[in-house]
Amino acid sequence: MADDLRRTGLFDFHIAEGARMVPFAGWDMPVQYTTGVLGEHLHTRAHASLFDVGHMGQVLVIPGEGGMEGAALALESLIPTDILGLKPDRQRYGLFTDEEGGILDDLMIANRGDHFYLVVNASRVAEDMAHLQSLSGVEIRHVTDRGLIALQGPEAAAVLARLLPDVAGMSFMDIRTLDWQGADLWVSRSGYTGEDGFEISVPDTHVAALADALMEQPEVAPAGLGARDSLRLEAGLPLYGHDMDENVSPSEASLGWSIPKVRRRGGAREGGFPGARGVLMELEEGVSRARRGLRPEGRAPVREGVELFDAEIGGHSLGRVSSGGFGPSVGGPVAVAILDPALPDGTRLWAELRGKRIPVVISPMPFVKPSYKR
Amino acid sequence: MLKFTEDHEWLRAEGDELIVGITRHASEQLGDVVFIELPEEGREVSAGEDIVVIESVKAASDIAAPVAGVITAVNTALADAPGDVNADPMAAWFFRIKPTDGTDLDGFMDEAAYNEMVS
Repeated sequence: MADDLRRTGLFDFHIAEGARMVPFAGWDMPVQYTTGVLGEHLHTRAHASLFDVGHMGQVLVIPGEGGMEGAALALESLIPTDILGLKPDRQRYGLFTDEEGGILDDLMIANRGDHFYLVVNASRVAEDMAHLQSLSGVEIRHVTDRGLIALQGPEAAAVLARLLPDVAGMSFMDIRTLDWQGADLWVSRSGYTGEDGFEISVPDTHVAALADALMEQPEVAPAGLGARDSLRLEAGLPLYGHDMDENVSPSEASLGWSIPKVRRRGGAREGGFPGARGVLMELEEGVSRARRGLRPEGRAPVREGVELFDAEIGGHSLGRVSSGGFGPSVGGPVAVAILDPALPDGTRLWAELRGKRIPVVISPMPFVKPSYKR
Repeated sequence: MLKFTEDHEWLRAEGDELIVGITRHASEQLGDVVFIELPEEGREVSAGEDIVVIESVKAASDIAAPVAGVITAVNTALADAPGDVNADPMAAWFFRIKPTDGTDLDGFMDEAAYNEMVS
């Protein structure tokens, strides 16, 4: 029922911009505007696009008596990354793991000086909140009175600097509080499109005004969830619930890079997170399947769920595509699947589409070069 | 004489053949078309049989044969330029079919009836 869907503070903005709204993780969200997915995607790679990501979960982790160090260690008991070493005003990517070493969610973790700020997937907010509430010695606060806008694209920095001059000095994965018209904006130089850009947490009272102010800039156009998906796919960024879930480990998701040495075997804070034993063993000994990129030959999109084979006729099933579609910047189809990591790039497989097998080639990711400002 | 099906195809009789495409409404609903698979020329098809695959950025859909007959020609240019379906859907024909039972189109909607259906 559409009536049960939640709306972000930008609902009226979406309608005014001609969005086609769809249910997504319990929210009524724009899948595209009048330009369409293809045009919105290409605009993002060339200029700057405004995305409403206000459906994502924003969570504060507030230290108790143990201070920031105690809170960092508490978070490290759930997330196999270096949070103790995360400096103020910096953020990094991490994973919640479960006791079996599967992935419960992926998230951003920011050190905000006197607390930590997390951004989690909309579809996982309830699970993540319950998971975080299991921590002792910290207060977990779900932020429900703020929107989240992503401004993404090579012109995003120039655009945002007109409203917030201080963003010019920010590097990739920096996060700062900046004042805009009396509101505290939490601005990070990050995103999930493979482009330079920013994610801006803004009080609900100011979210529509901020969107309007960004839209007044000539480089900016709105982009929906459709373009967001094709952009992240081309950028080789995995999507929770598709390319990873509880049945996929960090190594299998090719996200082992997010687990630094200090949390690995022999590190100062080795293990100490759910499923550590198996996860750390896999990092050392390797895995029999890992997330790989695929370039289908021809033009037909090879989408999620399509079965892959090692031969054009007969042969063996190698698994299914976890994400796939048309890559507008690539100019052809791109896909992702969890496959044998021993297969070299360039290996030809076959995808079964409508009863016919079409060749697909294992290819390095990302499919397009990211333009992060490090 | 232009006619329309409930599946958002347009049909135009030319000689003893029908030319078939999809409507602007359909192309807008599909979104940006990125791939089209056309039937083989000479193929005998039955009415309602799915014979064209259209993939947009969002999803795959099928186009059915509006009548039984034989496919006499397909617009191969569309395979290389699938975006033409969005740019000018009334010009972007998919196939020509020679109907088994003639080109009587009385059973299909005229433009006014179709516009009412999608309004």
